[in-house]
Order: sequence, then structure tokens, then C-alpha cells
Amino acid sequence: MALDAEHLRYPHRRYGMDHNRYAWSMLAKRPPVAFPHGKRIALWVNVSLQYFPLNSTGKPFKAPGSLTMPYPDLRHYTLRDYGNRVGIYRILKALERYNVTATFAVNAALAERVPYLMNVLTGTGAEILAHGWDMDTLHYGGMSNEAELIDKTLTTLRGITKQPVTGWLSPARSESADTPDLLAARGIRYFCDWVNDDMPYAFNTAYGTLVAMPLSYELEDQFILMNNQHSEASYAEQVMDSFDALVAESLKDNGAQGGRILSLSVHPWMLGQPHRTKYFERVLDYVMASPLVWTASASEILASCGL
Amino acid sequence: MKADPGYYDYWAYQNRPPIRWKNGARVAFWVAPNIEFYELNPPENPFRKAWAQPYPAVLGYSTRDYGNRVGHVRLMEVLDKYGVRGSISLSTALCDHHPEIIELCKERNWEFFSHGIYNTRYTYGMSEEQERAMIEDSIETIFKHTGQRCAGYLAPALSHSELTLDLFAEAGGIYTCDLFHDDQPTPLRVRSGKPFVSIPYSLEMNDTIAYVVNKVTPRHYGQMIKDNFDRLYAEGAESGTVMCVPLHNYQVSFPHRLKAFEEALEYITGHADVWVTTGREIAEYFLEHYYQSALADIQAKNSL
Repeated sequence: MALDAEHLRYPHRRYGMDHNRYAWSMLAKRPPVAFPHGKRIALWVNVSLQYFPLNSTGKPFKAPGSLTMPYPDLRHYTLRDYGNRVGIYRILKALERYNVTATFAVNAALAERVPYLMNVLTGTGAEILAHGWDMDTLHYGGMSNEAELIDKTLTTLRGITKQPVTGWLSPARSESADTPDLLAARGIRYFCDWVNDDMPYAFNTAYGTLVAMPLSYELEDQFILMNNQHSEASYAEQVMDSFDALVAESLKDNGAQGGRILSLSVHPWMLGQPHRTKYFERVLDYVMASPLVWTASASEILASCGL
Repeated sequence: MKADPGYYDYWAYQNRPPIRWKNGARVAFWVAPNIEFYELNPPENPFRKAWAQPYPAVLGYSTRDYGNRVGHVRLMEVLDKYGVRGSISLSTALCDHHPEIIELCKERNWEFFSHGIYNTRYTYGMSEEQERAMIEDSIETIFKHTGQRCAGYLAPALSHSELTLDLFAEAGGIYTCDLFHDDQPTPLRVRSGKPFVSIPYSLEMNDTIAYVVNKVTPRHYGQMIKDNFDRLYAEGAESGTVMCVPLHNYQVSFPHRLKAFEEALEYITGHADVWVTTGREIAEYFLEHYYQSALADIQAKNSL
């Protein structure tokens, strides 16, 4: 018994990464980032607005929150739809109450279905990110017609929002090897799929540089509440612990590390439930009470980082 | 395939020859940060897939990369604060990829031990020659980049063959972290007959097991560590125990998790009779002072 010889060959064993998408760089060794008005923490709340079709196929895998029962899975279809009908309005009230600037990542298929909600969002001037077509249309290696899918997604969202739409979040953060190139070629400036940093960094594509924006994943509502089955109180505690840790990191050594981003990825079908919204409010109350906090959109944050 | 791996005989936890650690300590406490490199596109092992998702596995790969870009320094600063030298379970290719991390650990006199070449290259399916070459490569890489002679082994991604421990002992190693059968060091039988021991490493205290498999909350994890310590500290009054916390810079180092670990570390290092040490130092101390008496006791009890 033996493995093929390639298993003991290491063609990418070299300085830096084992690919050319971005440069190896330790956060602690980078020049400090200065946010406006001397603020230390940029709070970036991104609300994902999602459509889970009743006839989902789950290919090549099921996105978090997907339907699980045999067709027609009315229970999960409607539970997710609840987020776009009811939950989002609770989330919007909470954001307004604490004066938080949020961004909204929207499935293009949903934007077509909910003109009222899209008017509400764009009416506030909120930044809209493209969140792919729907939660059952993933980008993945081996897929066909990805360029057309991205064209359709961006054309739809740009038409409905009248915004340039320069941010992208892939459904389930799943990509093909070509996704970053296709996005950069179509006017996307930043994307939020890669979770390897707490600050933005430059990501190489065949069509120039994208910015990888750090949208935390293991601090997401669905990750903590649904994947990990932690309590709502623990969710709030983890976010507040995260905030405290980032503040301490930003202030240590006379602020040598510069500013830090606290990014919260939330889903109205999760935190918009009546028994959960108060924990989201508890988090916003805690964070926004700090004089060190700057609440900003993704585009504003990456501009302040010089990217 | 064997029903029993054959590395050790039954040895009851009671009535063993008592162990006294350095300065009369009850618990030998060590922290083992795994510093790993996962490849984005490794050759596919016929027995185990590296990534659940199709290439490129953005979430899986980038989460682990977070540990090296962001998490390592954060964890290192907490260990510094409490006077803990890490015993690194190292994907040794990281010496080439990220020498800055190796330098920071060298400056602190941390221990480096072998965790294979990459955590996406599994032992499954290797011939004896291949596994020996992989182990020797990892040991030579550690020596070349750190000047340390590797003493310990944790198989890459805990992937083993029947010969793993034999081969590592023959390559010069003195301890393994791969077995979870005890809270004290135990002699292991390897085919060369060389003195070789198991040092308790603890899957239960492992942050990846706690957070990914058992999905505990950060505060719960901190409490588990304190409870684990309390029992081993109490029992250590009779005979010295070993406590290990294996960590990953892409798990414990998240801003929402590090505080709970720091509180546990503060608690443990606040006790007087704790020997805060490394895997190698525990193995060497045991081999020098207790290995022979342990062998004799095991033999006597199994010949009754």
C-alpha cells in the first residue's frame, strides 16, 4: 500500500500563501488604520435579506437556513419569509433607535419580489450589497454560466436600487475559482466571503484588485443561535465580549494597532423573532453607548482604510 | 487490523508509584497551540477529504488562515501575560510559509513539535517508507528553522497508521500526544524498544472539539477548563497529574472567545503548586525520574 507520489510533493511550499489571491500579512504588523474623528471601533452591521425558494435543490450543498423537509417544506419556507415581512421591520426599528448605519445584502430574486421593502431601504439611503440571486443558487466550482448569473444579479439589483452596487456577499459565502474575477470585471469593489481577517485587505483578480471586507462569520446570529444552539443571552454576551476585546486591542500600546472593525452579520428571520430582537437591541445599546464607536457602511469603512 | 493497538498494558489509576513534579507541584500544566497550515487545493487522499465543500472551500480555508493572520499574536500575548510558554504542534511547512510566526515563538523559547507537513496531508494510505519520509522531513524542517531537536508528535489531523509511533520513536522522538487513555504520562511499547512515552494532551480540553464538535459557549469552555484543573489539582496532592489545553489560533483567538480562556488561564496560574511547563519538559522529567518505576509497576501488576 502506498499513496501516489504527489502526496509527498509540496509544490507550493514557499514563503507566503499557497495561492496568488492575496499577500500573506499579519494583522499585528500592519500600519494602523485611523477612523474619522479619532474613533477606535467601526461598527458595521450587515443585514442579509434572503429568499429560500420552495423548490430548492440544495446543490452543491444547502446554504445555512435552507429548507430541510420533503417538498413542499412550508414550515421553513414561511419561517424564512417571516424575516422579510415582519422581522426586518423590527430590525429596522432597532437600528433607527440606536442610530446605527447598516448595510443590506439582498438576494436579487428577493428584491424583485418585495418592491415595498426595497423602497423603504433605498429611501433611507442605505447601502445595498448584492447577495447573489437566491439562497438556492450557489456559486461553486464546476457550475455553468456563472458570468450570466452575476450579470443577471447585478443588473436586477442596480435597476431596482438605482445604486451602483459595488459590494458582494455570495450566498453561503460559496464561490467558484472564478467568482472574484467575474465580480471585479463587473464593477464590484469589495466582497465579504473570505473570513481570514478582522480588517479589509487587497485581493488579486484578473481584472484588478478587489477588497476583501471582514464580515465575521462565527459571530453571526445564525452561527451562534442556529448552528451552535447557544442562547440569545449568550449571543449578546459573545458580541459584547468581542467588542470589549477589540476596544482593548485598539487602545493598547497607546493605540499603536489603530482602529478595529466590529462586524455583525444578522438575519431578520433569526434576530427578527419577537423573543430575540431585544438581545440585538442589548448589543446595540452596549456598543453605541461607547464614545469610541463609529457606525458606518462598508464603503465608508473601506475608504477610511485607504482601500 | 488489530483489536488492540498494543502500545500499553492496563494500568489502574489507583495505587501507582506517586509522581512529584518539579518543586513539589501537583499538576504539570502545559498549553499546546496548534499552528497549522491547511492547503487550498491539496491532492485528494483516498480515505479522507480535506474539505467538505467543492474547491475552493472559501469558508474552511479562510477561517484557518484567520488564525495565522490575526489569531496567533492575540493568543501569544495572553500566554505571555500568564508566563506560559507554548508547546507548538506545528504543520512544519509553516516554517516556509510564515517564518514571522516561527520567529515570534523562537524569541519566547517555545517548544516546537511535529504535527506533520500540512494538516491537509493525511497518513492514511501511506507506505511505511512514505510515512517515515514525512516524519523525517518534519523533524529536519523544525531543526533547520529553529535549531530544536523535535521531541514530540501529534499526527497531522490525528491521522495515524499502525506504525506511526514506531516510526516517530525511531526518528528520535521521545513522546506522543496521540493517545488519550490517561491523565499521567505512561510508557509506550514501540518496536525498537526505545524509551517512549505518552504525554496527556486531552481531546476534551481541545478548543476545536469544544467549539466545533460540542458547540459549547465561550463561558462554558472557560468553566470546563477550570473544573478540569480543580480535579487534577486535588488528585495531584497524591500523585502528580498532567493537564493540557490544546488550542488553535482560529478557534480560541476570536475576540468573542479569548476572554473566557484568559479567565481560566488566570485561575490556573494563580495556584501555587502548578508546574507551568512544556510537553518536552514533562516527557524528559518523567523519563528521568519515573519511567523505570512505572514500567516495573505495570509489569508487576500485570503478572499477578
